[in-house]
Amino acid sequence: MELFSQNKIYDFMSKKNFFVSVSVILIILSLVSIFTKGFNWGIDFKGGIEVEVRMPKPTPISDVRKYVSKKFPDASITTFGSKREILIRLSVKKVSGNVQKDLGNEIKSLLKPLGNVDIRRVDIVGAKVGNELRDRGIEAFIFAIVGILIYVAIRFEWRFALASVLALFHDTIISLGAVSFFHIETNLDVLAAILTLMGYSLNDTIVVFDRIREQVIGSKIKDLSELINDAVSRTLSRTVLTSLTTFLVVLTLFLFGGEIIKPFSFTLLVGIIVGTYSSIFIASPLLIWLGFSIDDYRKRLMEKEKKKREKEKMRKMYQGGVV
Amino acid sequence: MMKKLNYRLVIFIIATIFGILFTIPSFLGKKPKVNLGLDLQGGMYLVLGVKTQDAIKNKIKTIASTVKYISNKNDLFIDKLKYLKNGLSFELIDKDDAPKMDKQLKKISGIQIKKTFKNGSIIYTIILSKEEIQKTKSDAVKQAIQTIRSRLNAYGLTEPSVTRQGKDKIVVELPGIKTEKEKRNIKKLISSAAHLELYLVDDEHKITNPKEAAKYGDIMLPDKNNPKRMWLLKTPPVLDGSMITDATVGFTQRTNQPAIFFTLNSQGAEIFADVTGKNVGKRLAIVVDNRVYSAPVIQERIGGGSGQITVGSTDEAHILAIALRSGSLPAPVVLLEQRSVGASLGADSIRESMIALISGFVVVVIFMAWYYGLSGIIADIALVTNLFLIVAVMAIFEATLTLPGMAGIVLTVGMSVDANVIINERVRELIREGKNIKHAIEGGYKNAMSAILDANITTLIAAIALFAYGTGTIKGFAITMAIGILASMLTAILGTHGIWEYILATGKKITPKHFGMKV
Repeated sequence: MELFSQNKIYDFMSKKNFFVSVSVILIILSLVSIFTKGFNWGIDFKGGIEVEVRMPKPTPISDVRKYVSKKFPDASITTFGSKREILIRLSVKKVSGNVQKDLGNEIKSLLKPLGNVDIRRVDIVGAKVGNELRDRGIEAFIFAIVGILIYVAIRFEWRFALASVLALFHDTIISLGAVSFFHIETNLDVLAAILTLMGYSLNDTIVVFDRIREQVIGSKIKDLSELINDAVSRTLSRTVLTSLTTFLVVLTLFLFGGEIIKPFSFTLLVGIIVGTYSSIFIASPLLIWLGFSIDDYRKRLMEKEKKKREKEKMRKMYQGGVV
Repeated sequence: MMKKLNYRLVIFIIATIFGILFTIPSFLGKKPKVNLGLDLQGGMYLVLGVKTQDAIKNKIKTIASTVKYISNKNDLFIDKLKYLKNGLSFELIDKDDAPKMDKQLKKISGIQIKKTFKNGSIIYTIILSKEEIQKTKSDAVKQAIQTIRSRLNAYGLTEPSVTRQGKDKIVVELPGIKTEKEKRNIKKLISSAAHLELYLVDDEHKITNPKEAAKYGDIMLPDKNNPKRMWLLKTPPVLDGSMITDATVGFTQRTNQPAIFFTLNSQGAEIFADVTGKNVGKRLAIVVDNRVYSAPVIQERIGGGSGQITVGSTDEAHILAIALRSGSLPAPVVLLEQRSVGASLGADSIRESMIALISGFVVVVIFMAWYYGLSGIIADIALVTNLFLIVAVMAIFEATLTLPGMAGIVLTVGMSVDANVIINERVRELIREGKNIKHAIEGGYKNAMSAILDANITTLIAAIALFAYGTGTIKGFAITMAIGILASMLTAILGTHGIWEYILATGKKITPKHFGMKV
């Protein structure tokens, strides 16, 4: 099966201003949502208490609220996936420090009039822990960014590194914007999803850059836009196919993987789309704006090649016993 | 047949056999097997914070007890014992006793002593050295881990895991805890400091607030059964739980109440006999974790170094006895985080993520075969081996599979065919350029290598960041991601290449159709 016509070079770069404008608008919208709407922080970061119960039969929330509020008037109660699964959230101040408190049992006995409920999960996170986790999350993000910058700078050159990291910021901001806009619970799994999609979207970008690097040596193309069009077009089918298979498995995870994993799979779904978009349309134009020069890079690569060849020659001479 | 084998194929076959062999035990429940995380099998996960500053306070208290004891023993008169932030001070009434006092104090390690003279008496200031403070704090966490571990073992739990996290945190993981009562008992067992102290009761003063009590060197502690009733106790305590060698549960002779019978070591027995002998007719308060359990009147000198604590229920006696026997926590712990997952939710999570894994897998396998023909099927074989390898490697390292870890495996299914997509696209390119199939395959693998390596290494960097900074279940995700990436390089690059080499060696005619190209 072949979905893409062969040997066709698409002219992406002539429309680069359009693509970048789309991205800029999306980034601005994301930032607006992040700063006005904020995040629906989960207890991992905010601290708090969550009790998940399964009712013996589908039960209206108002019934559950009636009984729970006897003891916990400010509890927030929602369904969780199905009508039978109920999630009860409590503020951490009410319970913190009291180790002996037996919340699961307490809720169970409060809901006794509604039947024998199953306490599925009790999570209690102190507020202090949440702050620490957030700090660790930011550290992990910085660690990953710096690690990637260094690696790409060594394997390519600094403009590639900077362009790929900027593309990463692009992906991260828009994904977080979607998480904020759709009011997805922001928990540790979302953080893991963000770091994963950084690795993933970089994957795509690197494959395109690898082709650019190859064409710099292998072709005689002098114009950067033309070279980028060539590289992006040649890798297009691969980029789309891999994104498609990954998208499909994440979609199955989103649909069948259960309620707990939903924030994770949602973030990844958005991230894969955005990441694919950015590696095709955004990362490469950034190279142009960062002042990448084919000639300079070609010279450097040629020199490297020459040195390598000279070394080989020397070694051969040694081995041949000429010197 | 043997001649047609190549080293790549041999490695791939070995890897596949290895993967299958070490995957099977996990499904049969035998070792080596992948451990299921608490979120998948149900259980309790606790993060405890150790109040290390309290360990310092306890240390100072012990020094104070020692100072008091040696001054009594050597007839040195001291007064105005005061606690400071990292030490204590007291006044030695007769300055001529200084050499004697100095000699005794030398036996205490890790302290700095400062003396100031004041009209005939000497003020001693004892401060813990910086190293001692550091050591005390770090020891407190280490000892707390030891203590909690031995308490849980004594309680009869099968696989408790107690590990340190960061500077002053402890993570306790308890798989397979089911009943709420069990949870409650365990939390109590873990969190009770079990700090036993014996105090003499001050019956001479009538005092109602703690500030006034401090003036006389006393403290006020609540009664265990009636928290409103306050006891006035003379500090420092005459004895503490560090001198306990054994504690058993039994019943008191007269009232048949549940009680804990404790035995002291020789030093404790000596002090106990001394104090009870000198204070006949006075009350001795038995204090556990700052609550007065009982305060019987001393009838006579108690030799032999044993005593008893009456408690409310046998259940409570059982837990407290375990706690006393395995030693007290050097510092109190506070519960920072608790996550408990019921077995039913764990089972649901396994089922749901398995459905996602299988359906994702089927979709990808069919897609690859449809798009790339024979080459896609070869990539699918590599994918199956990849899954076996992930499970096998996790089983060998006894890694824990968590729910995010399952998500990581699902993700690997999508991402690991990437290498084959890159290779196949390269091969197609070369075929289109008119190269013969054999050269196209060789060239395809060669050209694809740098892109695959760079892409996988950068993903690996992200996985390492997650592992280094992630906690709990997220670590599980990072592990499966990393293993998946490494395994996919072996299977998707080496394995498929080996299969192609073998097919070419058999002399079978390969056409572009086998790469899913229209002819």
